[in-house]
Amino acid sequence: MNLRIMDKGELKKFVQNLLAHYRVEGVVKNNGAYLYDTIDSPEQLCMDFDCTRYPPKKYFLPPRETLFHFSTSPELEVSPVFESPPQVIFGIHPYDLKAIAILDKVFSKDPPDPHYLKRREASFLIGVDPKRISPHSFWADMGAASVNEGFDLMFTDLEDSYAVEIGSASGETLISTYARTQPATGDEKSKRVTLRTNLYSKSLINGLDFPSYEIPKLLEHSKESPIWRENANKCLSCGACNFVCPTCYCFDVQDEMDLDLKQGTRYRKWDGCLLKDFAKVGSGENFRESRTARYRHRFYRKGLYQLDTLQDFACVGCGRCASACLADIADPVRVFKKLKQEYREGGK
Amino acid sequence: MTNAIAETSPYVPQWAEISRIEQLTNTEKLFELSLLNGRPLGHRPGQFIELSIMGIGEAPISVSSAPSERNTFELAIRKVGNVTSAVQNFKTGQRVGIRGPYGTSFPVEECRGKNILFVAGGIGLVPARSFIHYVLNHRNDYKDIIILFGARNPGERLFLKELEQWANRDDIRYLESVDRPDPNWTGNVGVITTLFPKFQVNPAETYCVVVGPPVMYRFVILEARAKGIPDNRIFVSLERRMKCGLGKCGHCQINDVYVCQDGPVFRYSDITDLKEAL
Repeated sequence: MNLRIMDKGELKKFVQNLLAHYRVEGVVKNNGAYLYDTIDSPEQLCMDFDCTRYPPKKYFLPPRETLFHFSTSPELEVSPVFESPPQVIFGIHPYDLKAIAILDKVFSKDPPDPHYLKRREASFLIGVDPKRISPHSFWADMGAASVNEGFDLMFTDLEDSYAVEIGSASGETLISTYARTQPATGDEKSKRVTLRTNLYSKSLINGLDFPSYEIPKLLEHSKESPIWRENANKCLSCGACNFVCPTCYCFDVQDEMDLDLKQGTRYRKWDGCLLKDFAKVGSGENFRESRTARYRHRFYRKGLYQLDTLQDFACVGCGRCASACLADIADPVRVFKKLKQEYREGGK
Repeated sequence: MTNAIAETSPYVPQWAEISRIEQLTNTEKLFELSLLNGRPLGHRPGQFIELSIMGIGEAPISVSSAPSERNTFELAIRKVGNVTSAVQNFKTGQRVGIRGPYGTSFPVEECRGKNILFVAGGIGLVPARSFIHYVLNHRNDYKDIIILFGARNPGERLFLKELEQWANRDDIRYLESVDRPDPNWTGNVGVITTLFPKFQVNPAETYCVVVGPPVMYRFVILEARAKGIPDNRIFVSLERRMKCGLGKCGHCQINDVYVCQDGPVFRYSDITDLKEAL
C-alpha cells in the first residue's frame, strides 16, 4: 500500500491546484444538509460530514441525461450524446465508493452502457474516511466501513495531518503534481489502522444484531411476513428511498420534442420501483400494482435478487433511505431485525 | 474501467421502412418492415424488438413473423399506449426505429421431432405466430401440431385468412373459441380451456407453448399438466414493461429475473418459484 502524509495546511493548496485544472465536485454544507456540489474555493469543501443527503451517483447517472438528439425532418437522423466532463469528486465515503463499484458492475455488464462508462472514466474519485456516523448508518455490517480499491486517492484525517492512500496511477499523478506529501511513518500507518478500527466498531452500534450474511436466508423465509403489508400500508409511494439510494439505478426513457416539432431529444431519467406505475405496461396492466409488492420488491432487490449479478448485496448501509422516508418505514436495519425476530420466534 | 468504451450508443435504433400495412381488427394493424441497411432482422421465433417513434418514445413489440430468407419482418400492433397508437397513423414508405431483436426464443431445436400444442389467447397469437409459421415452414421436422386460439369476441380474432387456412389444413389440428359470441358466431363458445377436452396428446412426446393475457396462464397450465405434459416442456412468453431491452432499467424485473434478457420466453419449470411471474 502506498500511503503518503499531507499536512493539514497543504489540503487547501491541493484543492486550489485542482480547481485551476478541473471541475471539482465536493461535499458542501447547505442549510444544515451535506450535499455534493461544484466548489470554487477550498473553503467550501467539507471533510468531516456524517452522510450526504444524496449519493454521488448523479455524476455518472444524472437525474436526467440526454441519450441522443434526433431530427424527424427533412431526414430522420440521430446523433448520440456522450457527456464526459473531466471532474474530480472530492470526499467520497467508503460505502459510497463501494456503491460506485456496484454501479460499475451493472453498467459494464454486457451490453455495456457507454453513457455511464464515459462519465465514469473521466472522473477522479477522492475518498475520505468518515469521522462521524449518521444515526441511520450501518455500513460496517454491509462490509463497507473501509475500501481497499475503487478510488484514486483516499484521505484519512489523522488530526494533525491527512494520510493519503494512492489507489491508482492517475491518483499518483494528481498527488505528485498538485500537492506536497511525504511517506507515512510506521506510527502514522498504525494510527490510521486504529482510527479505522474504532470507526468500524462505532458503525456497528446502530447496526444489525446478527451477521449480514444471514439476510438472504431471512428474505427467502419471509416472503409472506406481515411486515411487508404493515409497513407498505404507510408507504406514500414517493420513491424517496430509491432516489437517495447510492445503488438504485433504475431509469425511464422518454422523448421530448422541440417546439419546431422537427427535432428533439431522447433522455433517461431516474425512476423508482416504489412509484405506482413502475411496472405498468401500455395495456394498463400493472404487474406490481400493490404497495406491498413494490415495497417488498425493493428489500428483496437489495438483499437477495442481485446477489448473483453483483456477488454482493445491493445495499452498502448508508442509511439514506431511512433518513429520507417520510413514513419512517424504509430503515433496512429495523426491517431486517424484525425479520430476524420473526424467524427466531418461528422456532427455526 | 480499462476496456475501450464504445462510441456507439445501444439506445440508438436502426431505421426500418414500412412496406405493407394490413388492418387486422379495429385495434390492431400488421406492419411489414425492412431494415434500411438491407439486412434481415436476424431474430428467432419469440423474440421482441423496441419500436421507436421519434418524439413519442419506444415500446417493446413481439416479432410476429418467422425468420426467413427475405429481409422483411412483421409486427402486429395493438393500439394501447403512446407509441402503439402513434404508429397506427403511419403509412407505407414511412420509417420507424428498431432496436433488437432482444430476449430468449421458443425452443425451435428442442421441439424438433416432437408434437407441439400451441395455446394462444387474444393478442398472444402475435408472438406465438412467429413459432407457428416457423413450424409450418418446416412441417416435416415436427410431429403432430395442435393450435388452440381463444378470443374474447369474434371481432378480436386476428389473421382471419390464416386462421381459416389452419382450420382447413389436414396436417395440423386447429381449434378456436370465443368467450362472448355475436349472433353470427357458429363456433365454440367459452374460455380457451374449454377446448382441452376436444383432443388427446401423447404427453411423453409433446411440448406446450402458451402465450396470452396474464390471467390465462394459470388455467391453461393446469390443463396442460392434466394432459400429463411436464412443467419442463411447457413454455410461456411473458409480457412486462421492457423499457431498455438491455437488462438495466429495471422495469421488466420479476424477482431476480430481467424479462428482457432472461425472457420473454421461459421454460415453465424454471419460473415456478418466481412469485410474481404468473
